[in-house]
Amino acid sequence: MEYFLELFFSGLTRGSIYALIALGYTMVYGIIQLINFAHGEIYMIGAFVALIVAGVCTIYGLSGFAILILAAAIAAVYAAAYGYTLEKIAYRPLRGSPRLSPLISAIGMSIFLQNYVLLAQTPDFLPFPRLIPDFAFMDDVAHIIGSPELVILVTTLITMVLLTLLIKKTRVGKAMRATQQDLNMARLVGINVDRVISLTFVIGSVLAAIGGVLVASYIGQVSFYIGFLAGIKAFTAAVLGGIGSIPGAVLGGLIIGWSESFAAGYISSDYEDVLTFVLLVVILIVRPAGILGKVRKQKV
Amino acid sequence: MLKVQNIQTYYGNIQALNDVTIEVGEGEIVALIGANGAGKTTTLMSICGITPPRAGAIFLDGDPIHGLSPENIVKKGIVQVPEGRRIFPDMTVLENLEMGAFLRGNKRQIEQDLNYVMTLFPILEKRQSQLGGTLSGGEQQMLAISRALMARPRVLLLDEPSLGLAPLIIKQIFEIIRQINKESNTTIFLVEQNANQALKLADRGYVMENGRITLVDSAPNLLSNVDVRKAYLGI
Ligand SMILES: Nc1ncnc2c1ncn2[C@@H]1O[C@H](COP(=O)(O)OP(=O)(O)O)[C@@H](O)[C@H]1O
Ligand SMILES: [Mg+2]
Repeated sequence: MEYFLELFFSGLTRGSIYALIALGYTMVYGIIQLINFAHGEIYMIGAFVALIVAGVCTIYGLSGFAILILAAAIAAVYAAAYGYTLEKIAYRPLRGSPRLSPLISAIGMSIFLQNYVLLAQTPDFLPFPRLIPDFAFMDDVAHIIGSPELVILVTTLITMVLLTLLIKKTRVGKAMRATQQDLNMARLVGINVDRVISLTFVIGSVLAAIGGVLVASYIGQVSFYIGFLAGIKAFTAAVLGGIGSIPGAVLGGLIIGWSESFAAGYISSDYEDVLTFVLLVVILIVRPAGILGKVRKQKV
Repeated sequence: MLKVQNIQTYYGNIQALNDVTIEVGEGEIVALIGANGAGKTTTLMSICGITPPRAGAIFLDGDPIHGLSPENIVKKGIVQVPEGRRIFPDMTVLENLEMGAFLRGNKRQIEQDLNYVMTLFPILEKRQSQLGGTLSGGEQQMLAISRALMARPRVLLLDEPSLGLAPLIIKQIFEIIRQINKESNTTIFLVEQNANQALKLADRGYVMENGRITLVDSAPNLLSNVDVRKAYLGI
């Protein structure tokens, strides 16, 4: 039972990170029907920026937790700038062209960003400092759920609640929903959809950067390549839950996190990555719109 | 008030509007009639900046508005009720109405206008927390008109408001359009295939064929015009 709970929480932790990244895919897809293949790279850049910030902060002798918050904040700002710029230079000029063009541009940007970090930094894995301390009050349950897992779960939960409030209650959130439901109608009520699209990239990038920082300090290392696998898994989560659906992204993330964790725990860790893609193939065959996805008619 | 001058609009290389000129005076109701595919929707979308014309000009009170972005055109007071109603399906009726007032800031006035549209269409008050996508066609049309009114339009553009509705509902909708025009002196530019109803409501009318305006006259004259009767009134 304890082993089960341990796997349950480790799956929940991974899953919540996948969910965080998957939100970026799903929100962008919901509005402009583009799979932003460079999204995983934004996550990776977030982790790298955090590494640099953490390095500098350690020199000044800040505590691990303070560094984590500062690193996450700065990484989020950087990622937001990258996401905003990415949309502006790689996708916006291609709006209105055939759907394949921005998709190819997205793949190109993904390769570009990976290689840019590879050249600017290093091809090797870099150690990432352990920023999350072991809390004393977690001692009794530490064999089931550790302090880093707790911090990750609480952070992702808060982030998702804030995102939900933003989308449900605020003016920009309503503009985002309207744009997602009918882009040209949104323009006809006076919404500047270009701004909404930029904002969507910024929000998705911030979520990815938060995920990147959390994972890096959890796993303890970063490389230029981490965005690829995380990105593909999060993308699978988005498709599994129903691309375009926000609750779907969260659900998909959790399902993948759990299935990986249980597969690794009860079968063998060799199977955890395979399982993600088996799930992807199965869902594409059985229910192409995803678990919570809607089949919606194309509007002009 | 609204002046469309020799506009040419294209979809890619295909020309949809050829040299279209239309004038709508302040407080007037003007109808644009024509068969399916004539270019009526494109005319409205050109005015609203969704499919900007490649040549020609559009003026509101003498100021050029072609080339403005759609949101700036809405700001100037030109608001469209589009073909097919295009209610935001996963937003509630109330949220749909709020979206109509997206560019307005005065909360109290918005509240007043909410009450106003709900007295025009009491059914909307009953349905206010229901999702837009769950309404019937007639209710959606009422919501679409109300959403447009929430922007306090100076010129209201309506694209086939009678499409797919039962005769009784059509009558009610046209009555409300007349009322909106009378009560707040809102200028109305109405696109219809239902030429009979539209011309009975309108002061003047334009006939469009294959992207060109082929006839302009007062509504009573058009109603008695032999060609119009043959082509659009089925007589
Ligand atoms: N999005 C589009 N892409 C290409 N052609 C279009 C598009 N929308 C309309 N058209 C064409 O433009 C012409 C006018 O269409 P439209 O303005 O919708 O006519 P109406 O509203 O009078 O039925 C038609 O020939 C139609 O096929
Ligand atoms: Mg039409």
